Amino acid sequence: MGVSELIKKLDQSSSRRIQQERRVFPIQPPFDLLPQLLRGAGITIQLTIFSTVVAFIVAFIMGLGRLSKIRLIRWVSTIYVEFFRGTSLLVQLFWAYFVLPLWGINLTAMQAGILILGLSYGAYAAEIVRSSILAIPKSQIEAGVALNMTQGQIMIRIIIPQAVLIMLPPFGNIIIELLKGTALVSLITLSDLMFQGVMIRSTTLRTTETFSMVLLIYFVLALPITFGIRRIEGRLSKGRA
Amino acid sequence: MNENSVKSPPMVRYQKISKSFGELKVLREIDLEIAAGEKVAIIGPSGSGKTTLGRLLMTLEKPNSGTIEVDGDYLWHKKVDEKLVWANQKHIRSVRAKVGMVFQQFNLFPHMRVLRNCTEAPIHVLGISEEEAQERAIAMLQKVGLGQKLKDFPSKLSGGQQQRVAIARALVMRPKVLIFDEVTSALDPELVGEVLEVIKEIAAEGETTMVLITHEMEFAREVADRIIFIDGGLIAEQGPPQKIFENPENERTKDFLSRFRQQNRNY
Amino acid sequence: MWDWQYTLSFMPDLMKALITTISATLVGFLLAVVLGLPLVLGRRSNFKPLALLTTGFIEFFRSTPLLAQIYFIFYVFPKYGISFSPFAAGVIALGLHYATYLSEVYRSGIESIPKGQWEAAAALNFSRIRTWVSIIIPQAIPPVVPVMGNYLIGMFKDTPILSAITLVEILQTAKIIGAHSFRYLEPITMVGILFLLLSYISSVGVRKLELRLNQRY
Repeated sequence: MGVSELIKKLDQSSSRRIQQERRVFPIQPPFDLLPQLLRGAGITIQLTIFSTVVAFIVAFIMGLGRLSKIRLIRWVSTIYVEFFRGTSLLVQLFWAYFVLPLWGINLTAMQAGILILGLSYGAYAAEIVRSSILAIPKSQIEAGVALNMTQGQIMIRIIIPQAVLIMLPPFGNIIIELLKGTALVSLITLSDLMFQGVMIRSTTLRTTETFSMVLLIYFVLALPITFGIRRIEGRLSKGRA
Repeated sequence: MNENSVKSPPMVRYQKISKSFGELKVLREIDLEIAAGEKVAIIGPSGSGKTTLGRLLMTLEKPNSGTIEVDGDYLWHKKVDEKLVWANQKHIRSVRAKVGMVFQQFNLFPHMRVLRNCTEAPIHVLGISEEEAQERAIAMLQKVGLGQKLKDFPSKLSGGQQQRVAIARALVMRPKVLIFDEVTSALDPELVGEVLEVIKEIAAEGETTMVLITHEMEFAREVADRIIFIDGGLIAEQGPPQKIFENPENERTKDFLSRFRQQNRNY
Repeated sequence: MWDWQYTLSFMPDLMKALITTISATLVGFLLAVVLGLPLVLGRRSNFKPLALLTTGFIEFFRSTPLLAQIYFIFYVFPKYGISFSPFAAGVIALGLHYATYLSEVYRSGIESIPKGQWEAAAALNFSRIRTWVSIIIPQAIPPVVPVMGNYLIGMFKDTPILSAITLVEILQTAKIIGAHSFRYLEPITMVGILFLLLSYISSVGVRKLELRLNQRY
């Protein structure tokens, strides 16, 4: 066979190969990847729920703390909030998972994740609690005083119920941010959705399908939160001006 | 002004103008002609459609049906092969160049000083040089009595002063038609007079066609050539001030005027 | 407990990496500021398909993790011929991600402008573009600059995520230092402190800027 004929033959076979690859693309829906991804998603959901609980608790403690009449409590809360808002989430995660063991505190990746996500997003949520409470007009407090209620009663029965309504939309946004933040725990070896995605991709090299599915699943996970918050907003404003 | 002889084409012509907001019919097939240089006062109860009439002319609302002509050109429509079609933004802008408006809420640009409020449009819309724009603006601001306030921001001025700046700002553009939409309704009573004085001066100068949507009956009587009473989306009655205020024919006109006089007497 | 000598020895390397971190932040933010504008204009467009498409785009980027987006841009695009360096991929991801946040910020600024301003512009026969340039944007931006400043700080704190695609920024450098000497305590703590310091200084700056801008008129 002459050289030119050889070249022609190679050209033909490679263009055939490219055509075959083209037929495969558009990509078939990668349903076979789902089971493993969904296992990761399960971890993600667990992590989100537990962290949210921690964040809420922290938010109320620190948010109310920022409004306290006692200076020490105000200081501590402010320092807490400024610290967690001023540092990088990933750095905090690394610190909890890699540095704490040096002092004898051995956390699993899940524990570190829940702790840090809860404490960190709790700081942001604390600001929401604080500003929502401040948004309630002073006249409401004065009405409570006129009815001879105690400080505590005023806070619990009058202020907080109204403040909660204002808090909901921004809280919803924080939960979505938290959901997105869980992806970082993949970098401290927790087998969440993101971690599974990276794993699958490195073993199967089906990069496009894998990462597209990962993005899609996160999007689907976020949807109910967005809609849920809007519905709660609607429900709670019934009967209000 | 003789209402019967409109020998020269009207400066403004509404033909079968209708406007609804959702279910609410605000204007019902209104026909109205305003001659060049005429001063027309539009009065009527709130919700009667008088403000909408002005806003349609200023292209702030779009009519549901009917046409408006300004100085011979269709404002909202274009003539294409003998048919009228809805016009595009470019056409609308070219016709609306002849119309100006002063708003109840003044709507001055808060981030610009008084002088710039009045020069921004001449420079960027009319394309004249900054020096000439400033000359025109300063002359106009002096005319409305605010020659000393050129460098102030609107927030530093009283309501009456702001409204006078708004009037100057509109006048610098040299519109053929100037609409005054309840321009004193948002002012404290003691500030109303200074604004009305300015408007009277402009009216006395003659050339500009003026549409005054107003509650100030005394003022309307003084300045207007014709009073138009709108009620329920229709022109209930129109005519020269003496006729409308002293001998109204329509029941609803009488009603409105007597209610109005009562309310003001109780002041 | 804390080895100061060790700390002093690695600080220069850390500071060099800080430059990478800061430049990634600045470039990413610039991209976000610029991309946010067409996004908000598209979202507000009267052309329904464009508005829907843009809203969908914005919702998608806001609901999915930055890390996942970074992986996608860094690993998927080369499959179709477009390769990015870790810095480029990171900056593009940051830019797109934050552009969606900023577009919402721009939107709130624009929507807070009273309707009367638009009407006054129409009464003076301003063209659409001139209305935006002279009237709307100068009033919309100053109130939202503090919020934009907070997003800048947020982006700065997100840059360690870029270590996942091998960008050698400050956290990655700390990990390398730690791996070398088997001591992670000092490097990672110093990184935390650096972030804290810079964020705090920036947020004080943003607050000062806010006060100055609000005194305008």
